[in-house]
Amino acid sequence: MRLVLRGITKRFGSVVANDSISLTVEPGEIHCLLGENGAGKSTLMNVLYGLYKADEGEIELDGEVQHFTGPGDAMAAGIGMVHQHFMLIPVFTVAENVMLGNESTGFAGTLDLDAARTRVTEISERFGFQVSPDAIVEDLPVGVQQRVEIIKALSRDAELLVFDEPTAVLTPQETDELMDIMRQLRETGKAIVFITHKLREVREVADRITVIRHGKVVGEADPQASNAELASMMVGRPVELVVHKDEPALGDDALVVRDLRVIDPAGHVQVDGISFTIRAGEVLAVAGVQGNGQTELTEALLGLQDDVHGSISLDGVELVGRSTRKILDAGVGFIPEDRQVDGLVPGFTIAENLMLNRSFKSPFVARGALRLGALRAFAEQKLREYDVRARDIDSLAANLSGGNQQKVVVARELSRDLRLLVAAQPTRGVDVGSIEFIHKQIVATRDSGIPVLVVSTELDEVVALADRIMVLYRGRVVGIVPADTPRETLGLMMTGERPKDLKDVVA
Amino acid sequence: MSTLTDQPTPESGGLAPDATVAPTRSAGARKLPVVLGVLTLGLGLILVLSSHSGDTTFQLAADTDFVALPDIVVPSGPTGWVMVLACLALTAEAVRRMLGHLRQPTWIPVVFAIAWMTGFLSWAAADNSIRVVSLFGGAVALAIPLVFGALGGVLGERAGVVNIAIEGQLLLGAFAAAITASTTGSPWAGLVSAAIAGALVALILGLFAITYFVDQVIVGVVLNVLVLGLTNFLFRQVLTPNAQTLNAPEGFDRVPIPVLGDIPLVGPIFFRQTALVYVLYLVVALVAYALYRTRWGLRVRAVGEHPKAADTVGIKVNRTRYRTILLAGAIAGMGGAYYTLVSVSQFNRELTNGAGYIALAAVIFGKWDPIRATLAALLFGFATNLQGVLSAIGSPVPSQFMLALPYVVTLFAVAGLVGRSRAPAADGVPYKQQ
Repeated sequence: MRLVLRGITKRFGSVVANDSISLTVEPGEIHCLLGENGAGKSTLMNVLYGLYKADEGEIELDGEVQHFTGPGDAMAAGIGMVHQHFMLIPVFTVAENVMLGNESTGFAGTLDLDAARTRVTEISERFGFQVSPDAIVEDLPVGVQQRVEIIKALSRDAELLVFDEPTAVLTPQETDELMDIMRQLRETGKAIVFITHKLREVREVADRITVIRHGKVVGEADPQASNAELASMMVGRPVELVVHKDEPALGDDALVVRDLRVIDPAGHVQVDGISFTIRAGEVLAVAGVQGNGQTELTEALLGLQDDVHGSISLDGVELVGRSTRKILDAGVGFIPEDRQVDGLVPGFTIAENLMLNRSFKSPFVARGALRLGALRAFAEQKLREYDVRARDIDSLAANLSGGNQQKVVVARELSRDLRLLVAAQPTRGVDVGSIEFIHKQIVATRDSGIPVLVVSTELDEVVALADRIMVLYRGRVVGIVPADTPRETLGLMMTGERPKDLKDVVA
Repeated sequence: MSTLTDQPTPESGGLAPDATVAPTRSAGARKLPVVLGVLTLGLGLILVLSSHSGDTTFQLAADTDFVALPDIVVPSGPTGWVMVLACLALTAEAVRRMLGHLRQPTWIPVVFAIAWMTGFLSWAAADNSIRVVSLFGGAVALAIPLVFGALGGVLGERAGVVNIAIEGQLLLGAFAAAITASTTGSPWAGLVSAAIAGALVALILGLFAITYFVDQVIVGVVLNVLVLGLTNFLFRQVLTPNAQTLNAPEGFDRVPIPVLGDIPLVGPIFFRQTALVYVLYLVVALVAYALYRTRWGLRVRAVGEHPKAADTVGIKVNRTRYRTILLAGAIAGMGGAYYTLVSVSQFNRELTNGAGYIALAAVIFGKWDPIRATLAALLFGFATNLQGVLSAIGSPVPSQFMLALPYVVTLFAVAGLVGRSRAPAADGVPYKQQ
């Protein structure tokens, strides 16, 4: 199926998310939409899928102009979408999810589950998916859930498939498998739109590349183009893709974690006997697929988990059993993985957000009252220092872009005398320019002799920042390896396999 | 990530396969032995502090059974103590399972409840007799509006709309049924108008909750108060002056079902009821079947769990919610007809007396499942009826305490005797399209 988008414009209030975007996708090709977070790629695809209504422009499929009033129409026209956040009902089985909205029924609307099972099995075998139709979706690993999404689209005879940031949640191995699936689909003549901001993937599968920036098409790029060329097109200026850092100046053991076990409220052991040490002036990066205990590990370090066993000692002081307040006062800085939920109060101003971790005493509080003058001066200074793009310090955090929000969080956490920095997903959903900046801040923190724990699901980020890498799988340490360990080895370790000749490096 | 943190669902029956699993130490496992222990202690204290001698008679037979079951006569005191021992044994088993990190099976609380109840009744009715048939039959009858209401609640919440307005739907249903059955002389017409009245309340709820994104709990409560005020006003201004023509409804008669009604014990309890009760059996079966086995049910559940996902496969979320909530309102409204067409036989102010809220509790206690919610409503009906039966035979329990019993049972039940339950994920969350 041939897709033509002509002059699509979509506005949200005064913000123009898509500005007259035109695009052609041919059958049997993988067309990459490359752009930063917030460039307008997902908006465009939601317009195509009938979720948003375009203010201007038209959608043409095989020469016919379409007027979608909802996703149902788009689906009926042969468009399938694999959403960034899976559109699956967690408590339903695979078969129920696949049939939903497209159910085959018997007498009086009775569900024909057998037909759905057969359909799932059939498609799953054709592409070698190995998905059981009766499995409950929430019990499946993320990679398999994604395949359910693909099966869902294929079961409706989609001719055009849109993959919206599909690799964000996958291990490197799963990503490779997904690339194979996409190639396979291309061979069968499907048209594929692949939305991503990861250059490596684009270069691997794309037949054509369209780059989008600030809601506009910047141009087409050659699949043979170098990473640097693609990145500068995407960002609009030359970008440093490599983090420059010197050899670490290692000090004494600063953070010592021994036999840490964290049990979540539901009774599952999420961190299962982890031991590691970080020396002063060193970055230990934690690699692993999301959900393998990283969240619980960082929360345990901050005293945010209730059921914690083992020992966490910072400069010889035991932290387990202390309140979060005391841990913060002991000099632990924390960049939480979800800034919207844990990092900021969206309805507070930038200035108010900057004092959240020091809301009890000086410099911002005296005798129970806020010292607004000191706060303003501090906020003005940080706004400049961290290049936060906002009207002024009274702007609400909710109105900032992801990158600027994250800079506020980083500014707050790095503005104290730290003894340890814990940075969880420090650049998730952040534009390339801000990534550069935040990475520099983290390296500067390390160079000032502070131990840093970085948690990231982006292998690129782990490799760029780490002095050593600790790989977690199902709450256990697979190994602690040097930063120059090959990516293939790291990818393998992220699936829980420990190469035989692997040697742990001890700081 | 949800796979690692969620509790096993009763449906899947197991733990997430990719989770590192420790023996489950969920709060429910600890709660059960504590609750059982307290109850056992309570029963023991009752027996010690206020001992009765004499015999207790349990009458099992009704007049027209195939075979007449004999009365069971037991000595009051010793029976009580035997049951305390039984309760102790069950508590011990629960403690053993808790210490061994084992699952607490359902049979423990069930058997415990039977033993405890037997012990309690043999004490309360010493030198007297308990008519078992009327104890349970009355419970079924009293539970009717609760079951209707709970089904209305289950349906609404499964579609993602919290139906706090059950109380209002019951009350307006009762009101409409009274007037219609009085003017037409047909209880069936009354039942239909009750359903329409309930749906009307649901429509207003839907308008605010679905279309205008108003907080559903607040709208629901306001609606309840509105219906209360409205019916009070109309009762005084319209019904009271015209009581003969407008508030003398033709009620449903008791219709024993042949054969089924003659089975000993079961027959008189379940199959010698009014037509409304048989309608209820049908509705329960239909809702349970439709919710899990039909396209309609699949879509309703999808919309209540993840409306956006439903939208992306072409399901009209808000239209589905409207339809479901209207149906829910109609079902709850039919429950209201029970008051004016069966139990009270005329409309009175504040007739439903909080039954809608108890039905809401049954929804939660029943884990948003139609069958379980029905059983929960039956339990609450039993508690209410027990109070009536005991005060009728002049038991030594103070009547004020007995009046509070249904609510105490409700509290205990909702507070988690059932362990953890999971509401539909999008329950109470309005769906906005861009």
